[in-house]
Amino acid sequence: MTEKFKRGDGRAIDELRQIEAKVGVVPNADGSAMYRSGDTIAIAAVYGPKKMHPQHQQDPSRGQLRCDYNMLSFSVSERIKPGKNRRAMEISEITKWALEPVLILDKYPNQVIDVFIDIIQADAGTRCAGINAASLALAHAGVPMKDMVSSIAVGKLDKTLVVDLTKEEEDFEEGEGPTDIPISMTHSGKITHMQLDGKISAEQLKDAVDLAKGACAKIYEIQKKALKDAVDFEGGK
Amino acid sequence: MERKVVIPGEVIVEGEDYLPGENTEKRDGKVVSLRYGLAEEQNNLVKVIALSGVYAPRRGNVVVGKIENITQNGWIVDIGCAESAFLSINEVPRYVNKDAMEEVFKIDDMVIAKIWSIGKRGIDLSIKSRGLGKISEGIIFKINPNTVPRVIGKEGSMIKIIKEGTGCNIDIAQNGFVVIEGENIGIEIFAKKVVDFITEKPFISGLTEKVTKFIEENKK
Repeated sequence: MTEKFKRGDGRAIDELRQIEAKVGVVPNADGSAMYRSGDTIAIAAVYGPKKMHPQHQQDPSRGQLRCDYNMLSFSVSERIKPGKNRRAMEISEITKWALEPVLILDKYPNQVIDVFIDIIQADAGTRCAGINAASLALAHAGVPMKDMVSSIAVGKLDKTLVVDLTKEEEDFEEGEGPTDIPISMTHSGKITHMQLDGKISAEQLKDAVDLAKGACAKIYEIQKKALKDAVDFEGGK
Repeated sequence: MERKVVIPGEVIVEGEDYLPGENTEKRDGKVVSLRYGLAEEQNNLVKVIALSGVYAPRRGNVVVGKIENITQNGWIVDIGCAESAFLSINEVPRYVNKDAMEEVFKIDDMVIAKIWSIGKRGIDLSIKSRGLGKISEGIIFKINPNTVPRVIGKEGSMIKIIKEGTGCNIDIAQNGFVVIEGENIGIEIFAKKVVDFITEKPFISGLTEKVTKFIEENKK
């Protein structure tokens, strides 16, 4: 991070894309949220806690979380085949691991919380947008949680660390090429999920985590505002 | 302390004087919310009132349910939560012929009942009080169970206004079902509109006056 690095859309290296968050977008669900980061839009809907079906998957000691990540067929420029694929299954599981540590599920034996995440428009960072939306939707559904989870992708373009990659930046080919590091953490700074696709030194990875910390703090404020604005007092209390 | 909306993990108050109540936890001398809701403090006890989420059954609650199945000695009732509830024939204040149980309650009948125990084996219902039993007339619809206290009002003040304003008999179950029984379907639908008006914006100030105004303005 020595010389000034120029990003395609003119953002600073620690600058996020424009973020918009809203809860209560799916009236039928027990909790729901929309999270938009630039051109990436994710919708999450939470159903439950409800009885776990199939019955043989029930856990009498605690409740369970079930995530389902799905990219809609029109979310990318070339139509993708709808339905489950290897990538969607991986991200579903990753989302579950990122969120499970903050949930308090011991009061819901034999029950399950279903989280459905749909990406309606994709421009990189969809798993992070999905996790942010799911965290909002779980809070909105009244599920007991220790903390909120915020998620951001840190990237390394050649030798420079940047935050919140776009698709264009993800396809960066010069120098050492692109490295993508999606990180999810709680507001108190505990990391619940981290992936790495590419090459990075241990030293620089520490810098990447620090960058993510700053970005997640900004995302947390937006999540907080979205949840607080959802209650209409009309001036009074 | 003023009432405020809190999110999971948010610090509500700091200081050793405060005790953590419902949906809160103490972390290093701070009372932290564990749930999205309204935080309030009374006698140094801090608690968070839920704003959303599925119905959590409690003993003594009056609920509306649908008969799901008939068994040897009772009925299985769906009351809109993860556990299904059981209504035993011993808790029905009349003679029940075990060979013709559908004469009392058929599958898909709606019943208003009270939760008299919640145990390891499930929820047990009773209809041994006044006003409980099969629902045979009127309209039933569901509202968010967390807005039920608002629709009822302090000591039943809000529900009294709606009852007097519309002339309908209204039963509100803790699991979010509302049963309205009136002279004709027109007035029943009007009463439903009043309830929907409250549940749309349950936390605005001066709700009682606004509801009274709404009834006056829209009543034919």
